[in-house]
Amino acid sequence: MSIDKDTAAKVAKLARIRVEDDALPALAQEFNDILGFIEQLAEVDVEGVEPMTGVTPMRLKRREDVVTEGGMADKVLSNAPDAREGFFAVPKVVE
Amino acid sequence: MTELSKLTIAAARDALRKGDVTSLELTESCLSDIDSAGALNAFVHNTPDVAREQAKAADDRIKGGDAPAMCGIPLGIKDLFCTKGVASQAASGILNGFKPEYESTVTQNLFDAGAVMLGKLNMDEFAMGSSNETSVYGNAVNPWKVDDRQLTPGGSSGGSASAVAADLCLAATGTDTGGSIRQPAAFTGITGIKPTYGRCSRWGIVAFASSLDQAGPMTKDVRDAAIMLEAMCGHDPKDSTSADIPVPNFEAMLTGDIKGKVIGIPREYRMDGMPDEIEKLWADGTAMLKDAGAEIRDISLPHTKYALPAYYVIAPAEASSNLARYDGVRYGHRAKLEQGDGITEMYEKTRAEGFGDEVKRRVMVGTYVLSAGFYDAYYNRARKVRTLIKRDFEQVFADGVDAILTPATPSAAFGLGEMTDADPVQMYLNDVFTVTVNLAGLPGISVPAGVDKQGLHLGLQRIGRPSEEGDLLNTAYALEQAAGFVAKPEKWW
Repeated sequence: MSIDKDTAAKVAKLARIRVEDDALPALAQEFNDILGFIEQLAEVDVEGVEPMTGVTPMRLKRREDVVTEGGMADKVLSNAPDAREGFFAVPKVVE
Repeated sequence: MTELSKLTIAAARDALRKGDVTSLELTESCLSDIDSAGALNAFVHNTPDVAREQAKAADDRIKGGDAPAMCGIPLGIKDLFCTKGVASQAASGILNGFKPEYESTVTQNLFDAGAVMLGKLNMDEFAMGSSNETSVYGNAVNPWKVDDRQLTPGGSSGGSASAVAADLCLAATGTDTGGSIRQPAAFTGITGIKPTYGRCSRWGIVAFASSLDQAGPMTKDVRDAAIMLEAMCGHDPKDSTSADIPVPNFEAMLTGDIKGKVIGIPREYRMDGMPDEIEKLWADGTAMLKDAGAEIRDISLPHTKYALPAYYVIAPAEASSNLARYDGVRYGHRAKLEQGDGITEMYEKTRAEGFGDEVKRRVMVGTYVLSAGFYDAYYNRARKVRTLIKRDFEQVFADGVDAILTPATPSAAFGLGEMTDADPVQMYLNDVFTVTVNLAGLPGISVPAGVDKQGLHLGLQRIGRPSEEGDLLNTAYALEQAAGFVAKPEKWW
């Protein structure tokens, strides 16, 4: 399967990465190189094989549903590019 | 270069305990070597003040007796580890200025054991790369040289490998998602072990592909790898995949006795076009283990060929999900916005400016293989192939094989810039011998075992049974003793 410029643009949009129009053909070519390599997987007989969900046999631990650490809003916000009055600030989302 | 920074962890520990040297002296020696090694671009954030403070505390603790083995040992820390109050950028522009308010569990474990942090080490951006050429800090450089070219130290833990090989620190932390500890260790003539998935907590390590990522030590020899690994691992409630199993004294398991151990030689790792030198190294390593009393057995891991393509579906898929958090809201870079730009423009511009090309490529490939209509064909198929790859290993271990011997890399270190025009898949082939181990969650170790005709290092990899790092380290120790590799790079930097 071959990826064209429009598909590359769609993937970039889904990934929320701006790609200028003139860079799309080269990007599509790179996708094709990589996907061409991945295509080999189609040769493998995977009939009846379960997809792996965890590499080691383990049951995830359970714990009480309680706050273990908290009350540190200032630390949480300390690396934000824009934080005001105890909140992360972003461009207007709702008119 | 000062003599103290050349010490191994084991030698430094013994000297510290005897009172022949102080941690502060060791630390100052490393700091001065780091200062004069700018040309290697291995250390990217130096933390001399933290180091001196930790060294003094370590010296007090050693005086008090019963200090742990890592107490007072100066280390470099890969930039992927979050270190409290110290820049932790995963070598990415998108984390510019990020100073975590918390400490990763692995670095905390090391600090609790008394280790000293000299600074943060260069790497490929978000650990995506095999040559340390995708770093926002620029290339790290291999201290080994055979002509005028600057060689890659490998990647993604390139800064760690370069720093340890050049004796800028006694040892360093690395992380390995597809070979990022073992490949750079092989390229620089040092030892690197990726433990079993779950051995080291992933908490506080910037995530690339969560089902594959593992931290491990990069050291001057196998004994040091055993000492440092013990300090790094242990169960952590903050990582739900952390293994709740006892951590043995790995160093005590280094007897060098491998009589009767069964070493598997997988025929699928003999690839078309493999350089003769790699073939010879592998044969020599096999002979050394046989001479040491091991039983050599030809084995088959039939799905090996499909490991790399499966990896290049699974790792980008997980990366596209993990890296969604870099949105310009909570930390790091945010793009300057134009009048009228909304939140979507903020995301798109921030990510376009903050991520490098290889990271963008992998995030987008991951997005594609997870998107509606392709999820089954790519992502689910790759996860099924992963099940088969793991099953291959389970089969040979069930048949009595104790460890598997393979080359670590398909070539020796190449020149920086030599792969720039190659398509991305050519670079991915560097991981061909290492990536199976991550997919199967197994421990793997690379130990220097020889040089090619130019004089560049080649490493051999041992793959072990899950959670049996002690046994694996002992096999590696036997090989290290037999190979007798001691060369050091000549200082040119």
